[in-house]
Amino acid sequence: MFEKIDLKETFTELVRRASTELPGEVVEAIRAGRNVEDEGSLAQKALDTILTNIEMAGDSSAPLCQDTGTPVVWIKYPVGVSTRRLEEDFTEAVRRATELKYLRPNAVDTLSGRNTGDGTGRAIPFIHFEEWDGPGLEVRMILKGGGSENVGAQYKLPDTGLEAGRDLEGVRRVVLDAVVQAQGKGCAPGVLAICIGGDRVSSFEHSKEQLLRSLGDTNPVPELAELEERLLVEANELGIGPMGFGGKTTVLGVKIGFLDRIPACYFVTITYMCWADRRAIVQIDEEGGLTWLS
Amino acid sequence: MAELKLPVSEESIRNLEVGDFLELSGRMITGRDAAHKWLMEDFREDVAPYLKDSVIYHCGPVVNQKDDGSWEFVAAGPTTSIREEPYQADVIARYGLRGVIGKGGMADRTLTGLGRSGAVYLHAIGGAAQVLARAIPRVEKVFMLDEFGVPEALWVIDVERFPVVVTMDSHGGSLHKVVENGSKTKFDELLGRKG
Ligand code: SF4
Repeated sequence: MFEKIDLKETFTELVRRASTELPGEVVEAIRAGRNVEDEGSLAQKALDTILTNIEMAGDSSAPLCQDTGTPVVWIKYPVGVSTRRLEEDFTEAVRRATELKYLRPNAVDTLSGRNTGDGTGRAIPFIHFEEWDGPGLEVRMILKGGGSENVGAQYKLPDTGLEAGRDLEGVRRVVLDAVVQAQGKGCAPGVLAICIGGDRVSSFEHSKEQLLRSLGDTNPVPELAELEERLLVEANELGIGPMGFGGKTTVLGVKIGFLDRIPACYFVTITYMCWADRRAIVQIDEEGGLTWLS
Repeated sequence: MAELKLPVSEESIRNLEVGDFLELSGRMITGRDAAHKWLMEDFREDVAPYLKDSVIYHCGPVVNQKDDGSWEFVAAGPTTSIREEPYQADVIARYGLRGVIGKGGMADRTLTGLGRSGAVYLHAIGGAAQVLARAIPRVEKVFMLDEFGVPEALWVIDVERFPVVVTMDSHGGSLHKVVENGSKTKFDELLGRKG
């Protein structure tokens, strides 16, 4: 299955799209933020520069940001497809995309400190596989920037300092704390991708998966939808603003997922995604037909 | 918006205040972790003239070498400045720098140094790789390329209308402190902890 289809080429194109174009609704959210900032304010100037940058990157098919991040990938595949081949093909696509300068050589050997030179390394790209009933493939990816990754946080509830208990009010309190701690350092305005529950690993993984959701969607769980709304408003009331210059646009969206947990643990994991909220999705049918989503 | 020409006098720099939006034109130099350490290990005679009365840009660029051997910046956004905190104030004093460009701001040691030496911290727009690369039309020279590699080398560049915001000035002002304190007050209010 899929033997006759050049997946490497499709994957390379997926990486190109992710690195050079932002999803439409992310650009819209940045523009909406720009329009609520005071005329002539630093916040507005910062957002104008970002909007110009997005346009330039799209026009010249060049990376939106020089930190092209960690490629994190989720692949759904039908029964009988070799995940080893998919992994090899995707890794090769990252090499090609690096050669074509859609990506910066962004992988460093942690022990020697040397850049691997081709954009790939241990767990770079980082690929998750899931078998599904569909006949085709669905490949979803994000490019996760480092500056924003550095301000991500994981809390364990209860947190006495923040008076945060094991409930959604406790979640609200630690999420707002994470935004205050981050200030503008994650290249605000950002997107908060949150997971409640899970263990330390699954919680981070599932929080990142929230970044695949469209900013405009509504959480199917009513109490989470409500919390997302509330946190978006409150995070923006903190006044941190674009780049931490002060202003009304600190956060572009809040997305919350949850996993079950064991009695002893209650983690809240916040992945902070910068304004360069890079995501691309493609569906590939058995004939090799492509449907681009983002 | 004001244009600021490099090199610049101490007097002009002391006139700047937190919140000023500037467009820089003229010659500057890039440098990050390895460069700062190296600049403090010894007085670097050959590089010193490029630092005097100019600014150092915390940037690890993506650089392209053209067929004629000359260089161009392909992507050139700022990197996080706080890593240079242990060195910055001394580098400024030793080489007569008038400013630093980066992102995320710096801490008290640098803030004090800015006041003492007459220099400012300039915040570039994080992630705006394309806008900033285009504001760098020319690469004049590079130091320590073989030793440090492309991102860490010291690149002497000409900039044109390079947009920055003064977020730390030579009068002890720091926009980062103001915004952080404001957000903490609001945070306490949202958590019902004060008030
Ligand atoms: S945090 Fe995001 S926008 Fe900022 S430099 Fe890193 S990847 Fe680029």
